[in-house]
Amino acid sequence: MSETEQDASPRFDAIVVGAGPSGNAAAYVMAREGLNVLQIERGEYSGSKNVQGAILYADALEKIIPEFRDEAPLERHVIEQRIWTMDDRSHTGVHYRSDDFNEEKPNRYTILRAQFDKWFNSRVRDAGATVLFETTVTELVRDLSGKVIGVRTDRSGNPIMAPVVVLAEGVNGLVGQRSGLREELKPDTVALAVKEMHFLPREVIEARFNLQGNEGVVIEAMGTITKGMTGTGFLYTNEESISIGIGCIVEDFVDSAETPYGLLEAFKNHPSIKPLLAGSEIKEYAAHLIPEGGYRAIPQLYGDGWLVVGDAGQFVNAVHREGSNLAMTTGRIAAETVVMLTRKREAMSAANLAAFARRLEETFVMKDLRKYKGIPNLLHGGKAQFFGTYPRLISQAMQTWFRVDGVDKKTKENAIARSFREARGWRGMIGDTFRLVRAWR
Amino acid sequence: MTGSKPLHSVVCIKQVPDSAQIRVHPVTNTIMRQGVPTIINPFDLFALEEALRLRDRLGGSVTVLCMGPMTAEDSLRKALTFGADRAVLLSDRYFAGSDTLATSYALSMALEQIGRTFGTPDVVFTGKQTIDGDTAQVGPGIARRLGYNQLTYISKIRELDPAAGVLTVERRAEGGTQVLETRLPVLITMLEGTNEMRRGGIDTALAAAKAEVTIWNAAAVGIEDLTRCGLRGSPTIVKKVFAPSARSEKAVMIPVEGTPYESARAVIEAMFARLPDVEAQLLETAAQSAY
Repeated sequence: MSETEQDASPRFDAIVVGAGPSGNAAAYVMAREGLNVLQIERGEYSGSKNVQGAILYADALEKIIPEFRDEAPLERHVIEQRIWTMDDRSHTGVHYRSDDFNEEKPNRYTILRAQFDKWFNSRVRDAGATVLFETTVTELVRDLSGKVIGVRTDRSGNPIMAPVVVLAEGVNGLVGQRSGLREELKPDTVALAVKEMHFLPREVIEARFNLQGNEGVVIEAMGTITKGMTGTGFLYTNEESISIGIGCIVEDFVDSAETPYGLLEAFKNHPSIKPLLAGSEIKEYAAHLIPEGGYRAIPQLYGDGWLVVGDAGQFVNAVHREGSNLAMTTGRIAAETVVMLTRKREAMSAANLAAFARRLEETFVMKDLRKYKGIPNLLHGGKAQFFGTYPRLISQAMQTWFRVDGVDKKTKENAIARSFREARGWRGMIGDTFRLVRAWR
Repeated sequence: MTGSKPLHSVVCIKQVPDSAQIRVHPVTNTIMRQGVPTIINPFDLFALEEALRLRDRLGGSVTVLCMGPMTAEDSLRKALTFGADRAVLLSDRYFAGSDTLATSYALSMALEQIGRTFGTPDVVFTGKQTIDGDTAQVGPGIARRLGYNQLTYISKIRELDPAAGVLTVERRAEGGTQVLETRLPVLITMLEGTNEMRRGGIDTALAAAKAEVTIWNAAAVGIEDLTRCGLRGSPTIVKKVFAPSARSEKAVMIPVEGTPYESARAVIEAMFARLPDVEAQLLETAAQSAY
């Protein structure tokens, strides 16, 4: 670009691309610390394009806005977690419910992202950031040395300049891709999830899930519901609605020719789920990609004049269904890094911005992703047994064990053991266990 | 501008629920407004664009005015992003439940306050009607109260001579288009589909993001008699809200068979079978474009 163009360009201390959890966290922290921040969002408002289950993990947000509980639109705090393995007609569950979760500052909440993100972004604007909506960043502007010095948008006019650009652009990460900062998403490291919101009166939800007031339940499910593909289903209780969804690795959809809406339809009609939704009215339908490649899929996170946070950096813990908390944490730490460099009047060079990645290493974000780095490959490689064979075997075993039919218990035990042995063989079972333990450690 | 003072247009906009996304509560049968996204009344956007075009041609400024809850500030900011110069929000709990009589009273008082603060409006624009009220009464109500000439159902502003204070417009009427001329100041209600809203450039968008929206309550615009506002000032009573009975036409299901090409063909054939005119027209167009 020409020098005259640069002179006429608007200038900021930092530009944040995107207004999801990571972008809002980054923009909020930088603005609060006095930086002149511009946030650019392609949607009509923050949250208009954002899709999640959704669970909010309080800790990550508390570190940014400690008093968020007083003002954020929250649905229900989670007091019960159900983990189900399912075959076509049954589910075997581990349920953990505790009155300890009815605490003064609850640990997890169900939220509706359209409302929550709107609130979060209003805090960003209150902190002094300038926020542009319905504006898409089309490319990064670089100087002759290749350093990123600003962005161009789909609106007419000069580019907008800033010494650092925080890319919080979400899973697709088109700006980063187009600018050669990272590769295109690979079908085996990204999941496609679909969800529906079903309206149900709050009394019905409370009666159906055994809840009082703002208590909530979360169900995470795996098994034959994904038809042998790597994926999970979920059901979350909101104040006056239920969020239900299912997602699988994109490559598996391609190979199996199953459709996401077909899976969701079947999941909704599963005998364990159907009664929970009875009488509800569908309010909204959404689909989203989730980066599930884990530690090995994390791209380069910083360079001269740029940082990557949130889904764009593949910061999702697929095993624990955590993402928004990683997004907020990476956004916050990126912001703190930029604030520190700005105060010290140091350059936004790759060498200096590397502090961001170093600090991330000390947090749960990198520690957890590293811990589970083998899981995506393990589950994907063994999807037939983990999402088909074992859930079926577990259901059968439960049925054999609980059905009273005149057969003695020893014979039942032997039958169960035999069913596992015949399905996977000793070697297969030992191998699966060994690989799972190794990947888990 | 040849006139003594720059042209001042005011566009009245309303924030309305996106009617495409309204749901009826399955239990209570009432309209569920909560969580329904809001938009600028689509008709008002044609009024705003027409005002911006006047400013492009003749200079001056465009003010947007909205009466509504504090959340209507979003709609005003959006109007600024399109290119309006300033925004005024008229908001007071006393305005809640206003019908068209109370609304046109409050808006006309705000327009007079705009006149005292930012200069008398030469042209006041509204959309033809709103999508949630559908009455088309507020514009004429404002004109009558302000003593402005009124031009409703306008499709185009042909000419505005600020020096002479004369305006020529096209108005849709039964059986054709009327060309009308009147003197300023004037209130215009714009028809839909008459222009296309522009997309503000980056400088406009940045200015809009930083702009302060002027917020006035009833007292700030000089309203002393609150019985003329809100529910108390509204003789209209909504007796009942009900859903119209379902249409009798049935959707036609076309089974998906064969290749996507064949499916598409089946759909198109089914459409043409019902709409032979469309087919004939398309074939004719295709034949012409082939030359």
